[in-house]
Amino acid sequence: MSSDIAAILAIDGIASGAIYVLIAIGFVLIFAVTRVIFVPFGDISAFTALTLAALETQRLPGTMGLVAMLAAMATLMQLTADIRASDLKAIPSTLFFYLVVPLVPVALMWFAAGSVMSMPVRMGLSLLLVLPIAPLLDRIVFRPIADASVLLLLTVSMALHFALVGLGLMFFGPEGVRTQPLTDASWEIAGMQVSLQTFLIVGSAVVFSTLLYAFFELTLTGKALRATAVNRTGARLVGIRPAYTGTMAYVLASILAGISGILISPVTTIFYDSGFLFGLRAFVGAIIGAMVNYPVTALGALLVGVLESFASFWSSAFKEVIVFSLLLPVLLWRSLSVGEVEDEAEE
Amino acid sequence: MSKTQFRFLTLAALFLLVASPFYLNAFSMTLLNYIGVYGLVALGLVLLTGIGGMMSFGQAAFVGIGAYAGAWASALQGYSPWVGLMLAIVLSCSVALVLGAITLRLGGHFLALSTVAWGLSIFFLFGNLDGLGNYNGIANVPPISLGPLKLVASWQMFYLIWAIVLLALLASRNLLDSRSGRAMRALRGGNLLVESLGINAFFTRLATFVIAALFAGLSGWLYAHLNRFVSPAPFEVHVGIDYLMMAMVGGATELIGAFIGSALVTLTKNSIQDYLPMIAKGASGQLEIVVFSIVFIVLLQRWRGGLISISSHLLPSPHHDIDRTVTPLSRRPLPQPGEVLLTADQVERRFGGLVAVDKVSFTLNAGEILGLIGPNGAGKSTMFNLLTGALRPNSGRVVFQGRDITHAPQREIAKAGIARTFQHVKIRPKMTLLDNVLLGTHPRTTSGFFSGALRLDRAEEAQARAEALRQLQRVGLGDKPFELAGNLPLGNQRVLEIARALAADPVLLVLDEPAAGLRRQEKQALAELLQSLRSENLSILLVEHDMEFVMGLVDRIVVMNFGCKICEGLPLEVRQDAQVQDAYLGGLV
Amino acid sequence: MSLLAIRSLDVCYGKVEAVRQVSLSIEAGQIVTVIGPNGAGKTTLLAATIGLLPSVGEMLFEGHDLRRLQVEARVEAGIVLVPENRELFGDMSVADNLVLGAYSHRHDRAGNRRNLDDVYHRFPRLLERRQQKANTLSGGERQMLALGRALMAKPRLLLLDEPSLGLAPLIVREIFKIIASLRETGVSVLLVEQNARAALETADVGYVLETGEIVNSGPADTLIHDPKLIATYLGGH
Repeated sequence: MSSDIAAILAIDGIASGAIYVLIAIGFVLIFAVTRVIFVPFGDISAFTALTLAALETQRLPGTMGLVAMLAAMATLMQLTADIRASDLKAIPSTLFFYLVVPLVPVALMWFAAGSVMSMPVRMGLSLLLVLPIAPLLDRIVFRPIADASVLLLLTVSMALHFALVGLGLMFFGPEGVRTQPLTDASWEIAGMQVSLQTFLIVGSAVVFSTLLYAFFELTLTGKALRATAVNRTGARLVGIRPAYTGTMAYVLASILAGISGILISPVTTIFYDSGFLFGLRAFVGAIIGAMVNYPVTALGALLVGVLESFASFWSSAFKEVIVFSLLLPVLLWRSLSVGEVEDEAEE
Repeated sequence: MSKTQFRFLTLAALFLLVASPFYLNAFSMTLLNYIGVYGLVALGLVLLTGIGGMMSFGQAAFVGIGAYAGAWASALQGYSPWVGLMLAIVLSCSVALVLGAITLRLGGHFLALSTVAWGLSIFFLFGNLDGLGNYNGIANVPPISLGPLKLVASWQMFYLIWAIVLLALLASRNLLDSRSGRAMRALRGGNLLVESLGINAFFTRLATFVIAALFAGLSGWLYAHLNRFVSPAPFEVHVGIDYLMMAMVGGATELIGAFIGSALVTLTKNSIQDYLPMIAKGASGQLEIVVFSIVFIVLLQRWRGGLISISSHLLPSPHHDIDRTVTPLSRRPLPQPGEVLLTADQVERRFGGLVAVDKVSFTLNAGEILGLIGPNGAGKSTMFNLLTGALRPNSGRVVFQGRDITHAPQREIAKAGIARTFQHVKIRPKMTLLDNVLLGTHPRTTSGFFSGALRLDRAEEAQARAEALRQLQRVGLGDKPFELAGNLPLGNQRVLEIARALAADPVLLVLDEPAAGLRRQEKQALAELLQSLRSENLSILLVEHDMEFVMGLVDRIVVMNFGCKICEGLPLEVRQDAQVQDAYLGGLV
Repeated sequence: MSLLAIRSLDVCYGKVEAVRQVSLSIEAGQIVTVIGPNGAGKTTLLAATIGLLPSVGEMLFEGHDLRRLQVEARVEAGIVLVPENRELFGDMSVADNLVLGAYSHRHDRAGNRRNLDDVYHRFPRLLERRQQKANTLSGGERQMLALGRALMAKPRLLLLDEPSLGLAPLIVREIFKIIASLRETGVSVLLVEQNARAALETADVGYVLETGEIVNSGPADTLIHDPKLIATYLGGH
């Protein structure tokens, strides 16, 4: 392999790695705050890409139906809970947060879909439309079992992913899509053509990771999220509601997933079930960061991107095998560095 | 249900099963075959998840390994299917061994997540290996032959499949009722408990994982010869979820739950395939997955125990006859009273900026009861954990019977003869009193997984049972050995822990606040028990907060406060020590 | 009307009853202590009061039924717990811990700033260490931070679980001085302590809890001279 090819592969790898960084950080964020390993997270990313593609061709995206369905379910569940607790005063806010808020982007889309929109508007609308999905799923699926063990939550999460992939087929159909490139421009660096799109991808990953960091460090809500992650009981004792911080974590992570979906959609063809593989690659990154450490997670996700890029050069058939086999040495290293016996008794 | 009724029902069910080819049509027989094949995988998952507390989404990959091993050997290489069986067993077990060795030291969700990743890897591997027919798979897998007889018809396969299933079920049942099986059942109590009993938690997890993979591999081999064709699709990750669902729907805490779940899922899938197209026109396999996933989620939300949990009261309560005349388990020699037994030398432990134990030294002599007292938060429990290996000191030395155990793992310390109890009681609530105490005999017995599964361990098991019952009687819990431990009041649970510790035949008994939460009379009984143990030359280290309890009981006292030893001596001396009064007895005057 | 009135409270863990038929009341501005041996159910009682454990019986805060409220809502109502193991945000700075203490009324920014100054004034050590992470603090500093974080929540009823736990006598004295000084600010305190003498010297009213039941109660200065209590909890002075 010549150094030119190596450089091209590395740049490609960093670009896709940057996309995985966003997803991986989202995984860690949700896990830290809610203890849920949110497997369908990659699907959120893929659904954003599919939504964007639908808007490009001036079709109504399937996401609308999905969001409307989830909103209806969540509202019903919350109303039942309110009525059971004979907390009738809560009903207006239930209707507002679970029905009205998620349906606003759906309504916007309804009115706007037929018209020709500029690219930034399309992106903004797509992002807005996928935002309610994860928080609604949280309400419907995870809130009733918030006290369950991490393993049970993970099992439910896996099942949820398969349900969502099936729903994805129903709402989006089996066709693969690829959106227009963000830009055709390219720059020449050290004798190589690097597309501006690559810079945009890496740049957005950096910008949004930094924004997230600033949010955690500077805002009270950000600190409340960190506090929930560090010590749930402690957080409750100062009046932080885990359900609220959970929703916030899902919304924030969904922004990251949505952006990653927007960034990836012009790079590769996306199908309704593509999300799982993105998600899993990002997972490898998150596991490198032990599901707790954001910077190491980001580095891990970059590593996965680069490895994937080289692996597809060596042997595209075994690309996935090579990427997922990376997990084994990582886990081995983690396992050897386990210190004193950690106790995780159940029951 | 009584034991006789249960036996009768089991026999009747067995008869119905064996006779089924005579009253079921070929299609039903095929369904029954698949229920057996899938149930075998679910059985492994019950052991892994319900019993051992581990989660695998990748069992489908092990089924795949077994299926491809069988198909490759018989269809592509022309070997006998029985060679394929050997290959399936060896391959699935060795892959499980490697993957388990890498992941099982980590927290539970790491194992689960890595199973997804390697489940996918193996799937892609099957699909891309030219030697395995790529995504087209391997066709024309020959039937299994028994001598001249070829098992082609579904009723013929039925007998082979269900013979294997019943053998696996029987072996698993035997295993759970043996020394190694009890270790598996203890895993969910956490590493701290398991290791304190002298059990190697990692090894037990690994063995459980390999057994689950073995069952999956066996199932794969059967599948290849039942279906006569293999391709990567049935070994995808979402199929792994189906297996998990079978185990959980049936009830992952009971072995039979695996087959209840397998039957339920297989039959429901079958009818969904029949009726779904009538309800939703053009619905594809994806809708089936949606429906199934949603059912699964609702089930896990509402009904975590599975089907078996609503009928478990119908199962007979566990009961064994205990032969008290067997030769007792051999005991270790106790040191002469007065010999130095345990020495702590300048032991220090820090947590971040907090010095929990600050260079504490003391010795404990054989045959004495030493009290380690101090106000709450003085560092007693940390000291306790340092002595028993649950924590490692930052500096200093701990010597037990002349052996440096400062850095010895917890289970080695347990095997060396230090048995402990816990401040927050750690018993296995779903196991009987007898089984809980039997856990204590683990380091004194030797039977392994094989002898347990094959019932070669009965002589030793009888000895262990007699010993466990003896210890239960000694602490006053001998009247209902088959009661579930979780039904005991808190005070008795503490006493049960002491019986468990005694069953290990310890040289030194280390008790962490045994009197906390006990009533006056219970405390009195406990003190009497400890005194009688001392009269048998057992040494006891008592970490206590309750002064009154300690004063009348112990020979010597070590007092700690804010991490330091502040006083050591006879109870009366300690009581009169000004520093102790000031710091410990509430002297803020 | 009592600030907090508990009547016939039962708290169960599974099948094990940890607290049985406990009744007690706290008037506004009072310091009430519950003493008793380890395992008597003191911590359980506090956990039920803040809502971390479910309970059966009556629990009124200023006449309102508390048992319908979640932990967070009780915090907003002014009941704040400093638990035995402090439950600090170990990986966050001292300053962040304090700021989060005021989370239940985060919109009163000016008030919170004043309150923060006041806490730093009470605990100058926390001001020195405000950039340090909570898990690098010593035991005494951790207790100060836990108390400081609770005060940031502007409590009306402070539930203290073993505030003297693991602390050197000098610091214990300081902590109890601070608890006594809370009386002037109108905060009521429910103090659970194993250091019975210090607790009774600070409190107005005392209750003795044994194996989940109240076995004795009365004005603190009477209890402190009770011969049986002296023999059991107060040491042979």
